[in-house]
Amino acid sequence: MGNDHLGKGEQEHEHPKHELSQHAKRIYAIRELLLEKGVLKEEEIQRQIDYMEARSPANGARLVARAWADPRFKARLLADPRAACAEMGIDATSINEFVVLENTEKVRHLVVCTLCSCYPRPILGRPPDWYKSFNYRKRAVVDPRGVMREFGMELPDSVEVRVHDSTADIRYLVLPLRPAGTDGMSEEELARLVTRDSMIGVVDPLQEIPEGNR
Amino acid sequence: MNAAVGKFRPGDRVRVRMEDRPGHIRTPFYIRGKTDGVKKMHGQFLNPESLAYGRDGLPKRPLYLIGFYQVEVWENYKVSKSDKLYVDIYEHWLELA
Amino acid sequence: MPRGHHDLGGTPGGGPIERAEHQLEDWEILADAVNQALGAKGIRRTDELRRIREEMDADVYRSMSYYERWIASAENILIEKKILTREEIDRKVAEYEKRWGNP
Repeated sequence: MGNDHLGKGEQEHEHPKHELSQHAKRIYAIRELLLEKGVLKEEEIQRQIDYMEARSPANGARLVARAWADPRFKARLLADPRAACAEMGIDATSINEFVVLENTEKVRHLVVCTLCSCYPRPILGRPPDWYKSFNYRKRAVVDPRGVMREFGMELPDSVEVRVHDSTADIRYLVLPLRPAGTDGMSEEELARLVTRDSMIGVVDPLQEIPEGNR
Repeated sequence: MNAAVGKFRPGDRVRVRMEDRPGHIRTPFYIRGKTDGVKKMHGQFLNPESLAYGRDGLPKRPLYLIGFYQVEVWENYKVSKSDKLYVDIYEHWLELA
Repeated sequence: MPRGHHDLGGTPGGGPIERAEHQLEDWEILADAVNQALGAKGIRRTDELRRIREEMDADVYRSMSYYERWIASAENILIEKKILTREEIDRKVAEYEKRWGNP
């Protein structure tokens, strides 16, 4: 029987295989056939699993924290995001074209892909289900403030909202606005304020480090 | 020929073509026929409409960041007049307004 | 011609955004990995996959979950490129069902 081992999370996610939907079963069949025919090697599949396992919003949070702490790094991040990522040991080379959108007191950005669900996976890992949902894809372009409100962010009219629809190969990451009163914080502490959702743009970052994390 | 130069410059007013082409199109319906300002050119990219059918996507097409005022895109956009919508559009979908 | 079913920006009927997130199951992780591996090897381009997904019947598209759509698209692309056939996938699924036992 082919190799069912899929990495350390296997035990928690295992679904009895005979209960899988018809579509779901087919991926096992497809994998085995591709391996049998030499189209793919086991290592190539495992490499992709490991690659995604290593990617999470923590990468993005580190970038943002450094940009907040170091204005020259911020300038480098805005000018050439891939190079700035490389400086921090984050591999963004698979992003064809990477743009960082800076939030300010006067401007907030929101990123969506209405046509499918393009997302800066090499930086943030897999997108959340809601980002891929039909409702988000329908509403983010036409009612961004309504979407933000649902996520708990209410913005006055004096703040401009800019929505970016990633229709091509450009991948967008929001550089959230540094919260007030964080001057004394270390980069590590700053990173704890940066949530995944704040790098998509639906909310601002946390204003203080959550209770359990202090 | 300078590969980095496209037909349009930042500040040009362009209209997104009101076309109804079959195939794999990356110009969303909601923006077709709308007019607004070129913000910048991202660079030259392989054409997704051709890549989608296993072809090589050449010649590369300039890709532009176009910025629109939300109130000009949607009839019922009632909130802030300064809100904007940015879309990445290929040159062959644009014409000077 | 009608807009593609995937071209959702600004279309009516957008409701509240479901915020619950789910842990990926093994088959979803595998769907993701196989897809990415095929891309990394140049066997399929991202736009081919998107085009295949867009060609799906709208009702079928809506009835599938996100990774189910990926699996269906991967299958269709592999068949279109004559790398696999529908029949051999069906046969392999039947083999698996025997191995896993029926509910």
